[in-house]
Amino acid sequence: MNYLNESLTSLHDKLVNHELTSKDLIQGTLANIHAQDGDIKAFLRTDDERALEKAAQVDKDGINPQDVLSGLPVAIKDNIVTKGLITTAASKILDNFKPIYDATVVQKLNDAKMITIGKTNLDEFAMGSSTETSAYQMTSNPWDHTKVPGGSSGGSAAAVAAGFVPAALGTDTGGSIRQPAAFNGIVGMKPTYGRVSRWGAIAFASSLDQIGTLTRGVYDNALLLNAISGLDTKDSTSSGNPVPDFTANLNGDIKGMKIAMPKEYLQEGVQPEVKAAILKAADTLRSLGATIDEVSLPHTQYAVPTYYIIASSEASSNLQRYDGIRYGYRAKDVKTLEDVYVKSRSEGFGDEVKRRIMLGTFSLSAGYYDAYFKKAAQVRTLIKQDFDDILKDHDLIMGPTTPTPAFGIGEKVSDPVTMYMNDILTISANLAGNPSASIPAGFVDGLPIGMQLIGKPFAENTIYRAGFAFEQATDFHKQTPNMEGDAAK
Amino acid sequence: MNFETTIGLEVHVELKTNSKMFSPAPVTYGAEPNTSTNVIDWGFPGVLPTVNQGAYGLGIMVALAFHAHVAHDTHFDRKNYFYPDNPKAYQITQHEVPLARDGYIEIPTPDGGTKQIGIEELHVEEDAGKNTHTGQYSYVDLNRQGTPLIEIVSKADMTSPDEAYAYLENLRKIVQFTGASDVKMEEGSMRVDTNISIRPIGQKEFGQKVELKNLNSFNHVRLGLAYEEKRQARILMNGGTIRPETRRFDEATGETVLMRVKEGADDYRYFPEPDIPRVQIDQDWIDDIAAHIPEMPDKRRARYINELGLPEYDAGVLTDTKEMSDFFEETINDGADAKLASNWLMGGVNQYLNENKVDLPETKLTPAHLATMIQMIEDGTISSKIAKKVFKEIITNGTEPRQWVEDKGLIQLSDPDQLNPIITDVLDNNQQSIDDFKNGKDRAVGYLVGQIMRQTHGMANPKVVNQLLMAALKAR
Amino acid sequence: MIEKKQVEHVAELAKLSFSDAELDHFTSQLDEIMKMVDQLDEVDTTGVEPTTHVGDLVNVFRKDEAKPGTPRKELMENVPEEQDGLIKVPAIIDEGEDE
Repeated sequence: MNYLNESLTSLHDKLVNHELTSKDLIQGTLANIHAQDGDIKAFLRTDDERALEKAAQVDKDGINPQDVLSGLPVAIKDNIVTKGLITTAASKILDNFKPIYDATVVQKLNDAKMITIGKTNLDEFAMGSSTETSAYQMTSNPWDHTKVPGGSSGGSAAAVAAGFVPAALGTDTGGSIRQPAAFNGIVGMKPTYGRVSRWGAIAFASSLDQIGTLTRGVYDNALLLNAISGLDTKDSTSSGNPVPDFTANLNGDIKGMKIAMPKEYLQEGVQPEVKAAILKAADTLRSLGATIDEVSLPHTQYAVPTYYIIASSEASSNLQRYDGIRYGYRAKDVKTLEDVYVKSRSEGFGDEVKRRIMLGTFSLSAGYYDAYFKKAAQVRTLIKQDFDDILKDHDLIMGPTTPTPAFGIGEKVSDPVTMYMNDILTISANLAGNPSASIPAGFVDGLPIGMQLIGKPFAENTIYRAGFAFEQATDFHKQTPNMEGDAAK
Repeated sequence: MNFETTIGLEVHVELKTNSKMFSPAPVTYGAEPNTSTNVIDWGFPGVLPTVNQGAYGLGIMVALAFHAHVAHDTHFDRKNYFYPDNPKAYQITQHEVPLARDGYIEIPTPDGGTKQIGIEELHVEEDAGKNTHTGQYSYVDLNRQGTPLIEIVSKADMTSPDEAYAYLENLRKIVQFTGASDVKMEEGSMRVDTNISIRPIGQKEFGQKVELKNLNSFNHVRLGLAYEEKRQARILMNGGTIRPETRRFDEATGETVLMRVKEGADDYRYFPEPDIPRVQIDQDWIDDIAAHIPEMPDKRRARYINELGLPEYDAGVLTDTKEMSDFFEETINDGADAKLASNWLMGGVNQYLNENKVDLPETKLTPAHLATMIQMIEDGTISSKIAKKVFKEIITNGTEPRQWVEDKGLIQLSDPDQLNPIITDVLDNNQQSIDDFKNGKDRAVGYLVGQIMRQTHGMANPKVVNQLLMAALKAR
Repeated sequence: MIEKKQVEHVAELAKLSFSDAELDHFTSQLDEIMKMVDQLDEVDTTGVEPTTHVGDLVNVFRKDEAKPGTPRKELMENVPEEQDGLIKVPAIIDEGEDE
């Protein structure tokens, strides 16, 4: 069973109407993954036994029509901890690490009776834009197996795009939900910093990380975000801001909505076909009653260096706990404590992670802190001010999610700077903390591309309203990759 | 060549809280290894810190007790270093903007005056776990990990080991009176690191400082610093130079021993802790804490002298520890006379504590029982001889004194209706003594009293007996 | 220009070790990244406050109430070497913080 032509709501209806049982659904989901994920490699592992048990329990208890997610399958990015289910962050240093507690989002999905199917692949510790830095496997883009699925939530995005699951969770530190969503032709939301608890998300960069949602359509995305949002006293940075029903007012009406289009988001680095598709998307939004103004975000070009300093600095500290002492990988044949540290870490981390640890350690080290970390934190203030200024008079900022569609496997991984530049359009929203989503917006060379919408803090609902209206006016989201004939089903 | 000494102290004090600084795990002492920890203390992937408001409040209280200025806008920072007892490989502390700055402690000077020792800053942070070493292995217990600490950094204002000793004594006393900590070095709730340098008198620049660690008592601090003064002077006199070192005090030899030579500054890569939002302390909170800060020892001493009329000596002894001072105040609140309470605490109680080598809270004595006993002495219910028996009972067994005295029949006989017949009886049988008394022989009274006491098995109130006897004699 | 010696020092702080070839490779890559970062010098940040936390949250405190710890048995499940309820590691030679 795949979900290329299903949604969370359509599946819920089938469960309520007894056309399907949750057990059928989970069995079918697992069978499909086992049959087809060999080509995509979206999952690092599935949780068959427990998923089937939970489904049986849901069936036994009966589906309450109000519990819209009850009995439905979901995939979890493998940097979100799941009690009793191995969680590795795609790193060898957490090989066989079995968490003893659930992330808050996992707990919330359990409470909503959603069923965790398995853990999806990612760039090691979410550091990457292609899922190629995973220590375990290479995930392919379902639209073209020679292309990357994007990253770092490449496994989650590919799993949804391939129809393995109707929904998945990811994390986004610099675009890690939106960029793979764009590359896979699905909807990916990075909520406002603080909207979703980070308790149980394996930290990459604490001031930038946010858990978010990946689904085929906008409505489903809003539905899933409803379930995971809200204040969590275990995360001091989570917000008590009221959580509205994100599915409310998804009616296609965006008359009078004011949208800003920064000229910096359509500059030379953006592939012309991508630019054309986004300009066309702007026309569509205009035809729906929105106004589009060209604006400027003058500090955009500094977002990439700012991001790499801040994210790497925080990461260098966050990743020090992987020391081979309390959990995770410990190098063999170690005689001294220094060996435990140095060998475990040198053998356990991959090159990209080491590169960022080195960059971050350097930026924080004596004599360089002011020139690098502090400077970047100051530029971050200016980038945030750019957003605040524009969003004073506008509801949304729009642009492409990525400069190009999915690139080829192996094409960029050897050149870090080029790879980092791929994130230029998504990074600013993390630096400023604003919510931002990627919505399917067309195809270039047969590969999907995404439109990015950035909103005011805690205004995810505005993004969903515009995204939903756009989705209803276009048919990009209805197109599916060819999953060996299944797409025709 | 003569030298002058410069000493600065860094004191870590564990704050007395229910839960840890950044996790809700319980703070315990002496629990089984790793039974008082949670996933936060262990630095598991994905865990996050939450700030203990009670610990921060105690930090502010200590800062106020040292007259320091509390920062209104601050944040936590990470101090990065690898060590097995430091599970995240960073300690959450306050580096850039400490909780408070610019305080002081007054110490007595030999000429009877006082000297102010400056406090540079105070900040709150988390404690590390504990490592124990045997042979080729070390073993980590994380129970202590995350225990709230306040670090009190002095200015380099001390010029002798004795001043350092006095500073520590007063620091301990003041913190103890705030109730923020037990401040017991033997239990590790107070830890002292010192920096010491010497320079030829008259030289402007400070000498090279040496760090002295692993000091287990105030006395070791004094002895260690004194040894360092001599060691450094010897090196300089011989034309040598002092190296930047960390040394420890060896109890057995009384000498300091090299731990390591410091090569360059440690690089802790401090940066603001992103997992904890900024801390903005408003004046209301500070005022509220200031209003609830317990009375400090110097104020109590003055009050004991001026309001309770105690001698200076008594006031000093009673305010030496918070335990004693609190006990004294409760005893007089329970109705005991201040001077009598003071006499008992400085006398019988202290003697008992010394003989049995225990602290006041470890005994069964309560202020209420002590007050009752003192009242019974005052109103003549018991004699001072019996009081000694009563005291032993209430301090060792915690028995309620009034009931116990009744049950044991130790109440003095003071009722004239009971005493008069006995007196009449004794007089009737001792005409010779009556005659002697009439002839002016006072010794006869003593004999008669002795007879009456014998008849009452020693329980008669001598004062009352005397009065009644005199009246009876005159009537004959 | 980042020098190999600096990279070695940083590796030491980060408890990572590299072969000589790796060190050369990392040095040139870090140098390239730092060149990109040096663009930030163009931005005038005089008087600009650094942003280290986004959002308006301040003073997020927890009440001082203890909750029971995690059972030791669970905590020990992932420990590579354990003895008598303690985490076992090769001996610490240097004396560390607060010891």
